[in-house]
Amino acid sequence: MQVEKEIKKNVKKVGIDLDKQSPKYLQLDYNPLIQYSNIEGLEILNTRDALKKYPWLKSYFWKLVDKDKDEYTRYSFANDFNGYFIRARKNVKVQIPIQACLYLNTNELIQNVHNIIIAEEGSELNILTGCTVARHTAGKHIGISEFFLKKNSKVNFTMIHAWNEYTEVFPRTGAFLEENSTFVSNYILLTPTRKLETSPKVLASRNSKAILKSLLLGRKNSFVDVGGEIILKGSNSSGLVESRIVARDSSKIISRGKIVVEGEDSKGHIECRGLLVSGKSEIDTIPELISKNKKSELTHEASVGKIKDEELWYLMSRGLNEGEATNLIIGGFLNPEFLEIPDVLRVQIRKIIEETKEKS
Amino acid sequence: MAILEIKNLKVKVGNGIILDGVSLSLKRGEVHAIFGPNGSGKTSLISSIIGIPSYKIIEGRITFDGKDITRLPIYERAKLGIFCAFQNPPSIRGLKVKDFIRLFTGDEKNVLEFSGLNSNFLEREVNVGFSGGERKKFEVVQIFALKPKLLLLDEIDSGVDVESLKFIGKKLAEYVQKNKISVLVVTHHGEILNYLKPSKASVMLNGEIVCSGDYKKIWKTIREKGYEWCEKCKLRKK
Repeated sequence: MQVEKEIKKNVKKVGIDLDKQSPKYLQLDYNPLIQYSNIEGLEILNTRDALKKYPWLKSYFWKLVDKDKDEYTRYSFANDFNGYFIRARKNVKVQIPIQACLYLNTNELIQNVHNIIIAEEGSELNILTGCTVARHTAGKHIGISEFFLKKNSKVNFTMIHAWNEYTEVFPRTGAFLEENSTFVSNYILLTPTRKLETSPKVLASRNSKAILKSLLLGRKNSFVDVGGEIILKGSNSSGLVESRIVARDSSKIISRGKIVVEGEDSKGHIECRGLLVSGKSEIDTIPELISKNKKSELTHEASVGKIKDEELWYLMSRGLNEGEATNLIIGGFLNPEFLEIPDVLRVQIRKIIEETKEKS
Repeated sequence: MAILEIKNLKVKVGNGIILDGVSLSLKRGEVHAIFGPNGSGKTSLISSIIGIPSYKIIEGRITFDGKDITRLPIYERAKLGIFCAFQNPPSIRGLKVKDFIRLFTGDEKNVLEFSGLNSNFLEREVNVGFSGGERKKFEVVQIFALKPKLLLLDEIDSGVDVESLKFIGKKLAEYVQKNKISVLVVTHHGEILNYLKPSKASVMLNGEIVCSGDYKKIWKTIREKGYEWCEKCKLRKK
C-alpha cells in the first residue's frame, strides 16, 4: 500500500521505518494501512478483523482493563474501535522489533484504539509502538491495550509518543503475567501534549517479573500524569516502576507508582528522579507501597530538584554557556540507557531523543 | 608581561568576606604555588579567578592576557584560556566521557591514553563512580583536550594513589614546560610540586596573601616552622 510522504516522515519520528521489510502495523485513524508479518507463528491483524477471524478473541476484551474505570474506558467500550492484534504462537521467539504505529490524522477526531497482545507459552515478542499525529491536528486518542503473557513468555514493549499541544491522550493498559513470564514496558514522551494520562496495571503471577519504565520530557504547557501499578500476586515475583523526568517551560508532570505485594518472597521497587528546569514547571511524585505479606520486600526512592549549581559551573568552566551546559545535563539525565530496550532499538531511540533535544 | 594580574581583590560569599585585598602577578610560563592552612582562602582565590558565580567580587580587578576579566562570566574566561582543575569535580549522570570530550577535541582516544586512561573509559559517565585517581586523571584529560594558557590546579594531588600521582605529575610537567603554560597551584601536601617545580610561591592566611617570593625558601620555611611562624611573621610586619 502506498503511504503518503508526510505520514512516512512523521512516523519516522516515533521510530517507525516504513521502508524496512519487517513485521509492521500502521493504522491511520481507524484504517489499517499496513498489517504485515513475514514470520511464521507471528500474527499481526487489526482487532476488528481479528475478532471476525477468531470468535474466541472476544473473551480477551476488557479482561484486564475495567470498562467502568473512567469516562474514557466507558467511551471506548460503547463506541466503535480498531487497533492491533499481535500474537506469537507457542515457543515462537521474535527478536526483531515489531513496529506498530497508531496515527491520528483527522482533525477533531476521537481515535478509539483497542489492542490485544498475546504471547503464547514460551514465546517472545519485542514491540515498538509509535503514536503520533498529523501536524496542526487536534483530537483525542483513547488507547486500550491488553497484554496476555502466557507461561514462560517474554514481552518487551516500547512505546514512543509524539503528540502536539492540541491532543489529549488517554492510554489504559493492563497486563496479565502467567508463571515465569517477563513483561518490560518502556514509555517515552518527548513532545508537548495538552493532556496525557496513563498508568499501566500489571498482575504478576508466581516467578514472573514486571518492569515499567518511563522517560518523560515535559514541554510548553503539557500536563502529563504517568504511572505504573504492579500487583505481585504470586510468590517469588518482582516489580519495578522507574521514571526519569525533566520538566521544562510550564509543564506539570505527575509520576505515580504503586506496588502491591501479596505473594511471599517477592520484591518491588519504585524509583523516580526528576529535574525541574524552569521555575514555572512542576513535578509531583506519588509512590505507593502496599504490603500484604511479611516475607516480601518493598522499597522506594525519589529525588526531585533543580540542576545542581556545581554541575552547571563545572561544565561552564569548560567554556559552555548556561544553555549549552543545561542541555548537556538534561541529555545525560534522559540517557536512554536507563531503559530496558533491545539493542537493535537502542541506537534508534537515542537518535530520536537527540533530535527532540535539539528542537526543544 | 604578566599573563595574570590580580589587584587588591576583595571577594564575598554570602555575607562573609573571604578574600580581603589579594594582589598577585603571574608571568607567562611561570609556575606559582599557593600555600596556606585550611580555610585560608586558597580555593576561594582559584574560584574567583575562574569566575564561580557564588564568589562575588566587590573590589579590585583581575586582568588576564591584558584583558580585564573581573566581570566576565565563567565560560568567557574559559574560552580565553583559563582552566580550573577542581578539587572535587562533580558527577554528571548519563553524560558519557566520550560525548563530553568530543565537544573539545576529535582526538579523544589519544588524549585519554596520554592521560593514562584506557579507551573503556570513554563509555563511562563523567565522574560517576570514579576513584580518586581517575577523577584527577580526568581533569588532566580535559587540560590536554582544551589546551589552556593558564592552569589553576586545586589540590590535584589529593586523594590520588602514588602511581597515579607519579603519572599525572610527569605528564603535566612535560606539558606545561613544552607549551610554556602558566600555572597557579594550590596544594596541601606539596607532592605535585616535585614535578611542576614552581619558581615562586605565596602564603595565604585569613583571606590575604601574607608573603610572596622564592618557592624553595618559602616551602622550606613552612615545612620547618609551620604556618604559626607565618602568623607571627605577619604580625611582625604589621
